[in-house]
Amino acid sequence: MLELKDVTKTFHAGTPDEKKALAGISLKIEDGDFVSIIGANGAGKSTLFNAICGSFPLDSGSVILGGRNVTMMPEHKRAKMIGRLFQDPMRGTAPDMSIAENLALAAGNGGWLSRVSAEDRKAFRDRLSLLDMGLEDRMRQPVGLLSGGQRQALTLLMATYHIPKVLLLDEHTAALDPGTAEKVLHLTRSIVEENHITCLMITHNMQNALDLGNRTLMMDRGRVIYDVTGEERGRLTISDLTDKFRQLSGRALDNDRMLLEN
Amino acid sequence: MTLDKFLALSQTSLELGLVNSLTVLSLFLSYSMLNVCDLSTDGCFTLGAAVGALAAIAGYPWLSLPLAMLAGMASGFITATLQTRMGVQSLLAGIVVNTGLYSVTMSLTNKKATLSMNKVPTVFTMAKDLLKDTPLAGYSTLLVMLAAVALIVLFLCWFLKTKLGLAIRATGSNTDMVRSSSINPTFTTTVGLCISNAFTGLSGCLMAQQAKSFDINIGSGMLTVALASLLIGGVFFAKHRPIPLRAAGAVLGAFLFRLVYGLALRLDMPAYMLKLVSSVIVVIAISGPYLRKQLPLMVRRWRAGREGRRADA
Repeated sequence: MLELKDVTKTFHAGTPDEKKALAGISLKIEDGDFVSIIGANGAGKSTLFNAICGSFPLDSGSVILGGRNVTMMPEHKRAKMIGRLFQDPMRGTAPDMSIAENLALAAGNGGWLSRVSAEDRKAFRDRLSLLDMGLEDRMRQPVGLLSGGQRQALTLLMATYHIPKVLLLDEHTAALDPGTAEKVLHLTRSIVEENHITCLMITHNMQNALDLGNRTLMMDRGRVIYDVTGEERGRLTISDLTDKFRQLSGRALDNDRMLLEN
Repeated sequence: MTLDKFLALSQTSLELGLVNSLTVLSLFLSYSMLNVCDLSTDGCFTLGAAVGALAAIAGYPWLSLPLAMLAGMASGFITATLQTRMGVQSLLAGIVVNTGLYSVTMSLTNKKATLSMNKVPTVFTMAKDLLKDTPLAGYSTLLVMLAAVALIVLFLCWFLKTKLGLAIRATGSNTDMVRSSSINPTFTTTVGLCISNAFTGLSGCLMAQQAKSFDINIGSGMLTVALASLLIGGVFFAKHRPIPLRAAGAVLGAFLFRLVYGLALRLDMPAYMLKLVSSVIVVIAISGPYLRKQLPLMVRRWRAGREGRRADA
């Protein structure tokens, strides 16, 4: 379970650029929930993920992950419990290292001086074949030679190698071409469902937001302005969402990419 | 030049190249793997040379090797701490440590800028004594160097495939990814710099003992010379090649650099030109690929400018 209690974060406080990125967010995500998050540019969606990951200290509030208060835990320690994918497929993997070596770091088996064993290699092979991209036969190649879609799929595999307490997807298919995006999204869905991973997904694709998962959050100016599950969510259409946004925030939904794609 | 002379030159180049190659391997770890340009290299090399000379003079030639490595490690630890825990920029951390090391080294040698090892046993004289009556007698210096370099290369080949080695490589390649693998990049940077500076210290120690003298300027320009050698080696074995080949390439680069330099000396290039030569090599190796990429654009701009002038006329 992931719980945020009145989390706030202001950037550049006391300067003309002051920005209230998170204005008191309280959330309770149950185990196995798949939550889609939508909102205009600058609504605080990625900042919310950064807060969960510990990329910066919070101004106030707390983050509880798996029953443990992690508010003050450093980022790299928290990372054990969190899997994260970014929009940029380059961010999740080390390009100069081979596929097997990247997976070895994600697996993190053994002590500091242990090496990748034949057993590890076999496990990597089995996992990679699930992606159905032929990567299992290219384990010695540097990741830098892979396409964006392949790298994102590999990152997904690495982020879920050990089932995380929460998986954060930050528009992880937005930089891919439509066909590849579809494939990576399909992979995401099957991995998440198979392992009952608790998952938060930021997306600008409203159809995806409604199709995937069991709960949708709408964010604006550092707040969650609409939180919908169950039957009400089942009945929603894209135009309901845009209307809702206008009604709740007093503005039109100004994410240009959303307008373009819907 | 006769073949004899060339072979003699090759052996000297090989010996000197091998001493230098330890520093090149140090940069292979810090510059190529960890992506940190460690500007404390010169000072660390001098420190290792001083510690090695002092130990030899005190009568412990073999002990001088681990001591020089420890001294290098301590220096690397400080450089790493400054840049990972104290907010000093990476390049600045190296420069600051480099400057400070001058005083540290001078105080270690009790304010002497030179130390002579003419009358004391060094690892090289000990090795010579050991091999006195064998056919290898004439190659004792070379053998000591080869052993040291081979050990370090083997160590690197093993180490860079361990989990810690992978984490250090990933730190240089994508720091975010290291963090998301629950590894603290502060830790990996510190370990990487400690190990690489241990090599630099050892390199300085062997260089001083081979020359039988320590000089406070022994390390000056070392970073550029080593970087030049590293980049020359990179021409043979590029980034995507296996690690053992790249490490061997670094050693080969050091040898070639020394060989070319030795030849240039024979052709009456004054010795003080070494540093300019190494600077130019570094510049060519780094800016060459950049300029090649820029060339088509520069040509297009020049053409567009010419046509523009023609239209104006």
